[in-house]
Amino acid sequence: MSAETLTAQDYIQHHLTNLTLGLHPEHGLTFANNAGEAAAMGFWALHLDSVLWSLGLGYLAYRFMVGVAQKATAGVPNGAQNFVEWIVDFVNENVRGSFSAKNDLVAPLALTVFVWVFLMNLMDLIPVDLIPYAFAQFMGLFGADTHHVFMRIVPTTDPNITFGMSLTVFLLVLYYSVKVKGVGGFAAELTMQPFGKFGFPANLVLEGINLFSKPLSLSLRLFGNMYAGEMIFILIALMYGHNLLLDLSGGVLQLAWAIFHILIITLQAFIFMVLTIVYLDMAHAHH
Amino acid sequence: MNINLTLLVQMIAFGVFAAFCMKYIWPPIMKALEERAAKIAEGLAAAERGKQEQELGEQRAVAVMKEAKTQAADVVAQAQKRYNEILDEAKRDAQAEAERIRHAAHAEIEQEANRAREELRERMAQLAIAAAEKILQKEVDASAHKDIVAAFAKQI
Repeated sequence: MSAETLTAQDYIQHHLTNLTLGLHPEHGLTFANNAGEAAAMGFWALHLDSVLWSLGLGYLAYRFMVGVAQKATAGVPNGAQNFVEWIVDFVNENVRGSFSAKNDLVAPLALTVFVWVFLMNLMDLIPVDLIPYAFAQFMGLFGADTHHVFMRIVPTTDPNITFGMSLTVFLLVLYYSVKVKGVGGFAAELTMQPFGKFGFPANLVLEGINLFSKPLSLSLRLFGNMYAGEMIFILIALMYGHNLLLDLSGGVLQLAWAIFHILIITLQAFIFMVLTIVYLDMAHAHH
Repeated sequence: MNINLTLLVQMIAFGVFAAFCMKYIWPPIMKALEERAAKIAEGLAAAERGKQEQELGEQRAVAVMKEAKTQAADVVAQAQKRYNEILDEAKRDAQAEAERIRHAAHAEIEQEANRAREELRERMAQLAIAAAEKILQKEVDASAHKDIVAAFAKQI
């Protein structure tokens, strides 16, 4: 789209940089003008785009579902209630299928994961340049340099978001492991198997890997899928603006990939939910 | 692609959303679902009950109809019997009446015959007396010779 003024590399780089607000060592509290500045801001910087899209979508879904829940009737449900009940029922089926212990948190947690991750993934179907370009033009009105205004609208392509969710799940896994089995029981689970008590260093290594691979795989799977999906949309977008043939094939490719992507975003939200349930079930299980 | 504060914000937001979902979304919707399930189960049970009741009612109706039929047949049989009885009675009455009329007629005829005989006898007596008068040429006192005349008449 802006291929005349930007190289393909710049274009991709631009699309992969977050709107970062942070304390730069030289410039003070400001938005990062490029990826280097964002990195220089260190840990105490905020990806404002990821956070706002993530919280905004979460809040929208929350408002909608709370509105339905407050008016929920056992009689004939209206369209919105029917829709929410369909999702709740779907999640509940999965929880009952995979989670054997009794815990009132798991099902609402799974519902939150599924709906929220799905909505964040759904942002991937919005044409890649639409909102970033509009946002850059908007910020340009306030004197910002439009080439250095960043906007990533798919929060799940930001590892902070996916790790944020998987780490919360991980903390819950640790909490319930200790709560259900006790500190001793959990420690025994990590050290006394699979090789018996004399093989405990090997046990600890194996079980430790097993334990830490859970949040890692959970977040990286989602991040990787969404990042790759977004990258392909960006690459397809690079085809536009050269000649008619490329424009047309780009359009066909974008449509095809978007249709295929509907499957991926749903599947990834579903997998994240199911694994959350399964990990929490394992935390509750006695050996 | 830096790990930064965003991670913490997302963790906290996730926790808050999950907690709010657990408090304000999940329970009312599950309650509605469970209540509806109970309602549907109730409705199905009621339908089943209604069906059974209908079947029972049908069976009862069939039994009642059968009973009514037997009763009707009984009534018809009784009526037939009564008809025959009445017919017999009427026949008997008629025969009795006929007998009575016949008897009456017989008696009347007898009476008439007797009267005629009596008359004849009296006439004969008078004739005999007249003949005797003629024969005796002498007036015979009818009242003085009444006994003789009567005894004579009896011999006729």
